[in-house]
Amino acid sequence: MSEALPWNDPTFLRDVERRSGASVSACFQCHKCSTGCPVAPEMDVMSSQIMRLIHLGARDEALASQSIWLCASCEACTTRCPQGIDIAAVMDTLRMMAVEAGVTLGDARGNKFNTSFLSSVRRHGRVFEMGLMTAYKLRSGDLLGDVGKVPGMLKRGKLALWPKSSGNAKEVREVFKRADQEEKNR
Amino acid sequence: MKYAFFPGCSLESTAWDFDASVRATFAALGAELTDIPDWSCCGSTPAHASNTSLAVALPVMNLLKARDMGRPVLTACASCYARLRTANHKVKTDPAERQRTERIVGKPYDGAVPVHHILEALTRHIGADAIAARVTRPLSGLKVACYYGCLLTRPPEVVAFENPEHPVSMDTIMTAAGADVVDWPYKTECCGAGLSMTTSAVVNRLGHNILAMARRAGADCLAVACPLCQVNLDLRQRDAAKAHGPLPETPVLFVTQLLGLALGLSPEALGIEGLFVSADGLLDRLAPAKAAGGAA
Ligand code: SF4
Ligand code: SF4
Repeated sequence: MSEALPWNDPTFLRDVERRSGASVSACFQCHKCSTGCPVAPEMDVMSSQIMRLIHLGARDEALASQSIWLCASCEACTTRCPQGIDIAAVMDTLRMMAVEAGVTLGDARGNKFNTSFLSSVRRHGRVFEMGLMTAYKLRSGDLLGDVGKVPGMLKRGKLALWPKSSGNAKEVREVFKRADQEEKNR
Repeated sequence: MKYAFFPGCSLESTAWDFDASVRATFAALGAELTDIPDWSCCGSTPAHASNTSLAVALPVMNLLKARDMGRPVLTACASCYARLRTANHKVKTDPAERQRTERIVGKPYDGAVPVHHILEALTRHIGADAIAARVTRPLSGLKVACYYGCLLTRPPEVVAFENPEHPVSMDTIMTAAGADVVDWPYKTECCGAGLSMTTSAVVNRLGHNILAMARRAGADCLAVACPLCQVNLDLRQRDAAKAHGPLPETPVLFVTQLLGLALGLSPEALGIEGLFVSADGLLDRLAPAKAAGGAA
């Protein structure tokens, strides 16, 4: 009798398939998704390997990978997978699961950016770039990255100094509240 | 054609030049754009990467307003376009998602409001012949690499107006405008714009690949149809060259800016001064505008 693999979490595959709507079990490891992935060179675990980790129930390894935060959501993998697997949706699902599980081993700057972006939308109904940059820089601690670009952007009118709110901001806030609730019950 | 225009947050700020050039060229071509009143953000990648319910509900709020206007939606941003189309697709194909969305927005919605990208409107609704007939200043001799990026053509079951690996709509428009389009292999390579704020090292590598390949193919400039691609390839061009080797400065223009020039519109009306890598050298090479109907 061989021993069970230490990472074999049998519920992981099922959870990912249910939440993403993608049939990860259908992956036959052709690696076409990784071959066309623009950020594969920087990934610690490429998309086809992520699929395999999910098969193997390696929840911690998958959720702690840098890759899920490096994915640019470009949909090349989803478009090309011969098995019709929506790999980009799997990446989204893994990001959500990593945030829920409080896994911070990977590079979660992407999560900090998402949080900053969505809080701008929640407040104003639209994204307010200057506020977004400031909020993101404060959350991530990456205070100096890109500050050199600010004067040139201001000169060309490419950064708004104050928020342009949607007249619909109140309704947007209600939608955020209800969507948060629905997402919990999913 | 009359459209319910969804500008989206980028066109309201970083891509005000895209906004100006879309409005100016569509007006010149006789299309009527009315903004969706009090439109709100589509949620973009941050929403679909963190809350699926929100990622459908935010676009649907705007689609409902367009439904009240009784017009199809037109958008210029590739990300807004993908999110609006994806929301429709989910509502249409997944009954549970539809019910969830209806509970969130508080109204029934069947996913039926049509959503078009400007490239689709220009090629399918207006058409290359109608465009060519209005060209007064053909972009003769200008070598353009049409760059589509990722979200305009993918995934095909959601966006569906072009071949995902070999799109041609922008090439058709630029040809109608009198430009020489170059044949090149990186039309749909992703530029990594979604990572622009967080992981700029990757973005520099991807941008460098795209710009260098366009140059190798003989292009003088890039035409783009996404505000995120444009700011990424234009604003970060110097960083990309610093990190990955020298590149000749390559202007990255919105397709509507190039088209607008061909239609005889002024650089000011098209927001050309918003570019980081100046296009002045290119503009100097264009012949002055002739009377309407002089092209083709
Ligand atoms: S392309 Fe599809 S089948 Fe091939 S490795 Fe990737 S997910 Fe698996
Ligand atoms: S969606 Fe993500 S994983 Fe798929 S090819 Fe693009 S960057 Fe790679």
